[in-house]
Amino acid sequence: MTRLYTMDKPDERNRLDAMAQGIIGRPLDRPDGSAKTTGVAPYAAEYVLADCAEGVLVLATISRGEVVEIESAPVLGMPGVLAVIADPRMITRSAQGGAGKSPVREIHKVDYYGQPVALVVAETFEQARDAATRLRIAYRADDPAKVPLEQDDSHAAHEAYGEPVEQGNLDVAMRDAAHAVDVTYTTEGHASAAMEPHASIADWDGNTLTAHSSLQMLKYNQKELADALGIKPEQVRLISPYVGGGFGSKLGISAELTAAAVAAIELGRPVRVVMSRQQVFQCVMRRSETRQRIRLAADGEGRLNGFGHEAWVSNLPGEKFAEPVTQASEFLYRGEHRRLRIDLARIHRMTAGSVRAPGEAVGMQCLEAAMDELALASGIDPVELRLRNIPEMHPSEGLPYSSRRLAECLKVGAERFGWDGSDRRPCQRREGEWWIGTGMATACRVHNLNEAQARVTLSTDGTAVVESDMTDIGTGTYAILGQIAGEMLGLPPEKVLVQLGDTRYPPGAGSGGSWGAASTGSAVFAACESIREQLAEQLGVDEADLTLKDGTAVAGNRRIPFTELVKADLTETGHFKNGGIDEKFAIAMYGAFFVEVGVNAYTGETRVRRMTGAFGLGRALNAKTATSQCLGGMVWGIGSALTEELVFDPRDGHLVNHDVAEYHVPVNADVPALDVVLVDERDPAGSPLQAKGVGELGICGAAGAIANAIHHACGVRVRSFPITPDKLLDQLPEL
Amino acid sequence: MPITINGAEHDLDVDPRTSLLDFLRTGCGLTGTKKGCDHGQCGACTVLLNGQRINSCLTLAVMHDGDSVTTIEGLGTPDAPHPLQAAFVRHDGYQCGYCTPGQICSAKAMLDEVAAGWTSFVSDDVAGAPKLSEEEIRERMSGNVCRCGAYSNIVAAIAEVAEAQA
Repeated sequence: MTRLYTMDKPDERNRLDAMAQGIIGRPLDRPDGSAKTTGVAPYAAEYVLADCAEGVLVLATISRGEVVEIESAPVLGMPGVLAVIADPRMITRSAQGGAGKSPVREIHKVDYYGQPVALVVAETFEQARDAATRLRIAYRADDPAKVPLEQDDSHAAHEAYGEPVEQGNLDVAMRDAAHAVDVTYTTEGHASAAMEPHASIADWDGNTLTAHSSLQMLKYNQKELADALGIKPEQVRLISPYVGGGFGSKLGISAELTAAAVAAIELGRPVRVVMSRQQVFQCVMRRSETRQRIRLAADGEGRLNGFGHEAWVSNLPGEKFAEPVTQASEFLYRGEHRRLRIDLARIHRMTAGSVRAPGEAVGMQCLEAAMDELALASGIDPVELRLRNIPEMHPSEGLPYSSRRLAECLKVGAERFGWDGSDRRPCQRREGEWWIGTGMATACRVHNLNEAQARVTLSTDGTAVVESDMTDIGTGTYAILGQIAGEMLGLPPEKVLVQLGDTRYPPGAGSGGSWGAASTGSAVFAACESIREQLAEQLGVDEADLTLKDGTAVAGNRRIPFTELVKADLTETGHFKNGGIDEKFAIAMYGAFFVEVGVNAYTGETRVRRMTGAFGLGRALNAKTATSQCLGGMVWGIGSALTEELVFDPRDGHLVNHDVAEYHVPVNADVPALDVVLVDERDPAGSPLQAKGVGELGICGAAGAIANAIHHACGVRVRSFPITPDKLLDQLPEL
Repeated sequence: MPITINGAEHDLDVDPRTSLLDFLRTGCGLTGTKKGCDHGQCGACTVLLNGQRINSCLTLAVMHDGDSVTTIEGLGTPDAPHPLQAAFVRHDGYQCGYCTPGQICSAKAMLDEVAAGWTSFVSDDVAGAPKLSEEEIRERMSGNVCRCGAYSNIVAAIAEVAEAQA
């Protein structure tokens, strides 16, 4: 049986708090922790299949043009080499999140430097790697002078992306403002750089393609692969119980999966293809670089009348995605005169797509730095400035907000951090050669919901099983789905087995857009509600009068253990749908960051000394994993603020820093003991769980707080992220 | 001579191009040791070689005739975890889990280095016995990248084990 739950109005019942088991929200250890810490959890490349061949991708070394000839013969003569494959079924770009169909796969046409053009397959990895290095490919390259590689290249086509907001007259508002800020910020490209490189093992039995692959959203990935291969989705089975990080880079399928699949079909044996770290950087996904013009027009009290956020981003020709930079700007702050727009330039770098918190990750950090400039211009405490600009209604669409704890987050965070915003003049505190400063920023990320199914079985032995093709990419899915089912069915967590990451299970929401927990969790919730009703019916009571706890049903004065009550396994599939709740309310997660930095007076090096994040994200389903998600986001904020930037060679568009040594993600020494506060919240419009999204909020604005702290420390306002020492050095004050 | 891995002897009959990492993963089926970058940049492949931590991707298997290697599987098991493994679970010192075996192997050797009196870049006194502050842990664990950003919890897990050992 299937129980449909359509989210078309707020669910005010708040059922989880009324349950008896008392495990929802508790900071329980993850059930997958033991397997992960002892090394027995299998990731995509780690399955043993008999007679498995090894494939290595070969990437293009021109920015645009075509492959004229692949000189396979010399390589095929090398020991162990089985095949050189360049097949029209092989994709040459990664699929965008939720595409559900094959991305571009013109294997002989090159659109960017680093595009996959061939696969070399051999008996062993060493043989394949050697042969791939030696494979010679002849290209016809377009004149590099005519290939647009940067946004401002005269050959780049531009188009408006999405629906621009044009409301009132921003120019007049700016002219008449008591305090106005008109600034342009830039951010550089980012890489997800998940620790597990993209990896797939494909096996073809003549009818079904089975793949172990590192993926975030299996129900879409199944269709994407089937479309590329020209087979039916039912002929594809994907298995991804453990995913070594995704951050958007595994939303859609990538080149190694179709390459492995085609090779497996052609060779009639399993084939493993694992991208090298350099290949992951070169041919998966980048976050677009951005230029952002922000205009803020405020009255004498700092209240915004005018609000402008215009962004310039890039992507390859033909891609539907553009970094949605202004997403939170649509509703975060007041201002009746508004202009929001995104310009998309078509350039020939690798595909731009989702990297953790697409839109807000870079949009919020620039907006929040600009807000700091307004705070300085108006002489208002930055916290107070934000409090004064929380709108009553969505400023463009007139929608009410669902639960919004922004003010509480600002206050709680400020108190916890010991914020003093009374005097924001820079260069007031120095410890030896370190200028010390503090800064803050708002956090905001839209709440997304996606259709999801999950199957729950309550067994005669008093245990339950939850099944969905939903993934756990480090987010805590195994933990929270078990807690939801345990709470609803009255079972301790060890009595609930959660099985994920296999397309044989019902299609979950997938991990993306922070929607996994609220969407798939709601499917589990719906299934459990149905099972509760069946138990109640069996006992002849109203479901609301049924208490389930520790494997026992209590109804009136009767107490019956499940082992007696459940005569045959009860199986229900929960089916959750977004019924347009987000058209009735502006639903988002909010928070506030507070940071203290030191800026070295001689070297311009910035060190984050302490950082507090206070977040309102609806119900935290597991306080431990939710906190960890926030911590991780803040670490990304540190990277975005100080070190992370993709550097492209202006001559041919090749990515120069395509590894972890040159693309600098924060290491342990870059991160102080971070402080996270989860502000208690239930959002009935977020989901029937009263939960919203968690995974991305912690990055959305964090880098802005660091930029503001740098300005407070040393008086230098850098409007170009990342704020590397060279950008500070020549402006640092004399000691 | 064979190579000893987690106490068991293995023949080193491999392609000379095979890294120790690939030998462990493919040759021995010990996939707990992870390949994150294959260039010694991320630390996911950290194992203990004769008790000291190394990036197993940066050395060839054939160079380790007679050596003894301990991988994450040799440190502890789900039924009998090493105190560090248990502490990482308690403190949520991981998320996706892919860097985790390397973090834990690295932490094990790092604690031994401190016990042996090795100082670090942030040690106040390079002549004296180092005191394991959180700053010391962060410095000494910076060869192990965690993209999920679990650093605060990793430090807490290691500090707890270090305290229990002290």
